[in-house]
Amino acid sequence: MTTYTPEKLTRDEMAQQVAADIPAGAFVNLGIGQPTNVSNFLTADQGVTLHTENGMLGMGPVATGEDIDEDLINAGKIPVTELPGASFFHHADSFAMMRGGHLDVCVLGAFQISEAGDLANWHTGAEGAIPAVGGAMDLAIGAKQTWVMMSLFTKAGESKLVKELSYPVTGLGCVSRIYTESAVFELRDSTVFVRSTHGISFEDLASRIPVALERA
Amino acid sequence: MAPRIATSAADAVAQITDGSTVLIGGFGNAGQPMELIDALMQCGATDLTVVNNNAGQADAGLALLIKERRVKKIICSFPRQSDSWHFDEAYRAGEIELELVPQGNLAERIRAAGAGIGGFFTPTGYGTLLAEGKETRIIDGRGYVLESPIHADFALIKALRADTHGNLVYRKTARNFGPIMATAAAQAIVQVDEVVPVGGIDPENVITPGIYVDTVVALGGSN
Repeated sequence: MTTYTPEKLTRDEMAQQVAADIPAGAFVNLGIGQPTNVSNFLTADQGVTLHTENGMLGMGPVATGEDIDEDLINAGKIPVTELPGASFFHHADSFAMMRGGHLDVCVLGAFQISEAGDLANWHTGAEGAIPAVGGAMDLAIGAKQTWVMMSLFTKAGESKLVKELSYPVTGLGCVSRIYTESAVFELRDSTVFVRSTHGISFEDLASRIPVALERA
Repeated sequence: MAPRIATSAADAVAQITDGSTVLIGGFGNAGQPMELIDALMQCGATDLTVVNNNAGQADAGLALLIKERRVKKIICSFPRQSDSWHFDEAYRAGEIELELVPQGNLAERIRAAGAGIGGFFTPTGYGTLLAEGKETRIIDGRGYVLESPIHADFALIKALRADTHGNLVYRKTARNFGPIMATAAAQAIVQVDEVVPVGGIDPENVITPGIYVDTVVALGGSN
């Protein structure tokens, strides 16, 4: 069943949907940018523990005023706080935790995603661009589930959900869910399912996306 | 052997010579051994290969080493930042070599060096530009890339506290690369806020055992 709402999702509504889908008690890494906003919609009863790849579990909200401590930052190098039960560890442990499949969910931004769940989010491939990868490739393939938040269309109106990536790959076959302003997709069994559409009908969506879509 | 207790940051880095490979701790400014880097700048060593997560921020620390063209090669995961203008300029001028490594692979390559591992297969980077030319293998249906250890002549690290045996504790997320870099360098040079007598750190709380630490310098409390 594919649900429909007449309005597109706002960025906050997308973050709210992602937050609501995170299982209770999960260990989660939220990427830089839109995914960071998800933390604002997690509820205390969800008991979610946030991981930051620079070496901390139990990350709290962004620090303000006297709580700012230059030794306590997130992966975006923003000062954050620590929650009761937090732990610190070095970088190799932090990425072993991720690569070893101990994190339940990782939420990332993207330039493009292929129907096979290949992710492009680190490099535009543009001439003269200085490449920087950070933890993107580790995050893409490490968690049990990798979800993406992005706008579905480029400024020129082209779909970012594509048959095959034209941007350089970050990770192959790693994305299982995509949250956009116009639709939420689930990628499983080599099929792209549409869980919901927002401000666009399933038929109109299918006409604008160059991959075969199935109703969820 | 107990580590040498240096009298100043300049004394601590005096042995670093031209052409050395230097691991520099820190993620952004957290854990960046700023005083040791400044001393490295003053000591004049050049033609360095530097390993750090980034390639310097703004007009301090590693960024200045790059500005002065003392770094011939940098191995890092995230060189391009809003304030990495010295790296950007050196890179565009073709005056610094960049080896870009996914962050987790960077950490594991450093860890592997310290742990005596000759190489390892990692899923990170498989099928990407950063795996081009590297040996790959399918293990249990999943693709992996062969990565090699990163050994170094020196590591420059910031910790919170050392005892006179070189046992270290760190502070919050400033720990980041410190513990693994200490293991991967022939000489680990550590700046701390204070050096305490043996027994001043509970053995249960030691993060880097003193065996890895060669030189310590106390620079007073930054926090």
